[in-house]
Amino acid sequence: MTHVSMTVNGRAVSADVEPRMLLVQFLREKLLLTGTHVGCDTSQCGACVVQVDGAAVKSCTLLAVQADGCAVLTIEGLAPSGALHPMQEAFREHHGLQCGFCTPGMIMTAMDMVARLGPDLDEATIRENLDGNLCRCTGYHNIVKAVAAGARAMAPASAAAE
Amino acid sequence: MYAFDYRRPSALDEVVSLLGGLEEPKLLAGGQTLLPTLKQRLAQPGTLVDLAGIPGLADIAAEGGGVRIGAMATHARVATSDVVRAAIPALAELAAVIGDPAVRNRGTIGGSVANNDPTADYPAACLALGAMIVTTARRIPADEFFAGLFETALGEDEVIVAIEFPRPELAAYRKFRNPASRYAMAGVFVARTGEGVRVAVTGAGQSGVFRWGAAEAALTDDFTAAALESVPLDASDLMSDLHGGADYRAQLVKVMAKRAVEAAAR
Repeated sequence: MTHVSMTVNGRAVSADVEPRMLLVQFLREKLLLTGTHVGCDTSQCGACVVQVDGAAVKSCTLLAVQADGCAVLTIEGLAPSGALHPMQEAFREHHGLQCGFCTPGMIMTAMDMVARLGPDLDEATIRENLDGNLCRCTGYHNIVKAVAAGARAMAPASAAAE
Repeated sequence: MYAFDYRRPSALDEVVSLLGGLEEPKLLAGGQTLLPTLKQRLAQPGTLVDLAGIPGLADIAAEGGGVRIGAMATHARVATSDVVRAAIPALAELAAVIGDPAVRNRGTIGGSVANNDPTADYPAACLALGAMIVTTARRIPADEFFAGLFETALGEDEVIVAIEFPRPELAAYRKFRNPASRYAMAGVFVARTGEGVRVAVTGAGQSGVFRWGAAEAALTDDFTAAALESVPLDASDLMSDLHGGADYRAQLVKVMAKRAVEAAAR
């Protein structure tokens, strides 16, 4: 067993884990944060995307011990309980969810996109950057619309008011 | 995954001594190939030795006109590095088309080069640019480094520290990627220097990355896509698998090479 400590959604957590435990298992099974999903378990589908030290990663392809000392952000950490983050609200408003399974990964990838590329995202950029996220309902059209709207809603107030 | 032990040393000499002393150690860089391999139980290391704790191993610096990229630099960092984009934009462009954004945030140049997957992108850049692989023991020219499928010149307790890329006059990389795996079905890196033209092909060769000598000769005389029109490529040395036959890959290599030349000359 190896001792790991990290912050998850701003909360300090620590535990003894087997080195082979994946970060997504740690989040779901140890911390009971089941918003992060396991889809393919082969780094393809992106349902498990979370942020580690501000960068989007596939938490099925990272060991919990590799995240020791890091700050992890999951879908549960985006907004206070009972409220929706603007990106979550955009997915609701634009019907970006169908079955909803891929949604947490889509939203965490969208957050990464805004952090890297800013709030003004065109369709081609969004589609290119959703490369690592699969929706098996194949509802990409509304997901792309939701990401664009959510990104705009995340712009500083002066820009959003235009 | 089978169980394994985990170590995260904080100095390179500690890494080297762990590699020499442990039972079945395996280096862990970004883990984007290694962890899927472990999940499929295709490998059973005794201990993973994580390189993430070594200070400075991800540094990127301008050097002698070219760039020196630390082994632990992620694809995302190489793709967005001002130093790389200024010296060798083709290298930044290559890093930007590896995997997907989340994979690029973890995968590293050192891991890719050490693994020498026959469909990986970086080996083509190393070979075409005449890179130097700097290890804890020595400096290995790219021409002597890649030794067949998943095989390299690295010794058992030797660790890649950095890769040094000289600056070419012109360079570009074009790949036709498998849409599911995002690996190259054919990737061609073309580089022109004062000494001539080098053309490296990944994704297609049965023995991994290779230099396409006939194309190099043709392009040294005439650096245009048209010069490649009648250049032969022996399909009997190319891969055939469920994604495409050898003849198809030979055609893809030629098309990617032409596109790379056009992009480099632009």
